Amino acid sequence: MLAADELAARRGGRVVFAGLSLRAEPGEALLLLGPNGAGKSTLLRVLAGLLRPAAGNLSWEGEEIALDPAAHGARTRYLGHQDAIKPAMTPAEDLAFWARLRGGDPGAALAALGLSALAGLPCRTLSAGQRRRLALARLLLGDAPLWLLDEPTLGLDTASVARLGTLLAAHRARGGIVLAATHLPLPLPGARELPL
Amino acid sequence: MIAVFLRELRLALRHPAEALAAVLFFVIVCALFPFGVGPSPEALARLAPGALVTAALLAALLPLDRLFAAEAEDGSLDLLLTTGLPPAALAGAKAAAHWAVTGVPLILATPVAAALLALPTEAWGVAILALGLASAVLSLLGTVGAALTLGARRGGVLLPLLVLPLAVPVVIFAAGAIEAASAGGEARPFLLLLAAFLAGALPLTPLAAGAALREG
Repeated sequence: MLAADELAARRGGRVVFAGLSLRAEPGEALLLLGPNGAGKSTLLRVLAGLLRPAAGNLSWEGEEIALDPAAHGARTRYLGHQDAIKPAMTPAEDLAFWARLRGGDPGAALAALGLSALAGLPCRTLSAGQRRRLALARLLLGDAPLWLLDEPTLGLDTASVARLGTLLAAHRARGGIVLAATHLPLPLPGARELPL
Repeated sequence: MIAVFLRELRLALRHPAEALAAVLFFVIVCALFPFGVGPSPEALARLAPGALVTAALLAALLPLDRLFAAEAEDGSLDLLLTTGLPPAALAGAKAAAHWAVTGVPLILATPVAAALLALPTEAWGVAILALGLASAVLSLLGTVGAALTLGARRGGVLLPLLVLPLAVPVVIFAAGAIEAASAGGEARPFLLLLAAFLAGALPLTPLAAGAALREG
């Protein structure tokens, strides 16, 4: 279980949010909603361990996350705004690299996002939606329980959104937790909403 | 950590222009000295040790400001930092990759640069050793500088200002070693001091760079 108590975050001296508490049980999905600048991305970065909270507690199964960043890294998959793709590498090479750090099967991850046919092309030739799918494929490497998604469907076509829906459902069926910030409708049935 | 290092090498091979630019800069700077100082071999040989070391260090600085900036811009740095890989290990891998991609080609180009500066051939071996050690120290110090200036608006300007003063001892010992070798003296003490500097920087700089990355 992921638990946050009285969390506060600052960006450039400005308080983005304060007094935020949330709970996420295995299998649950949380949608972070709010206008631009409400702190959705900042909250995801705090939960991912990329940003230290200005105040408050963050724990996983009752254990403080900051005490063991390596364990938190192993259980977390973070999908940022950017796709973190090197134009000169191919999708297969990209996933093979992340699989060396994360474990898992790069071929299966490519297939799950329908990228097998593009595996050998340099990423600079991929479209925006295809690049987003490659970034999503990294979530599948190494079976992590906590997925933090920042606008996961940005640039995806309807078929890919449906594919993502299947993956999200499978992840939750395995007891995984999904936290997603979005302005677009997401295929997350039964997700709780968290207004920021 | 090895995975990060190998990925850097692969990326460098796909974009060889960056590494080549540093080597060409090194050779061209050394080629300019005979025009400025005049072609007299004695005058050139007097300047050669200092000119070689300075040109090599400045060349190695060139690709440093992109070391973490490129990763930060495309979001890769965030992903790398969320893998649970210690930031110090990431910084260590980056420093090693910088040396392999920039330092090693500089070492290979040393005989060419030494010939342009009329350095006596018996000092070439020492020059290669001294530049190898000096460029390794600079890769380590530069990684700290790159991590510290990450996100600073004028990072590319700030970086040499931070790193070059720290590299002063490296210049002194490396130039001293080459000078001693070309004058027929003993270069070993200088090389040992350089190696000691490297041994000190090796464990400390990745920790410092890692701490800077975590705060960034």
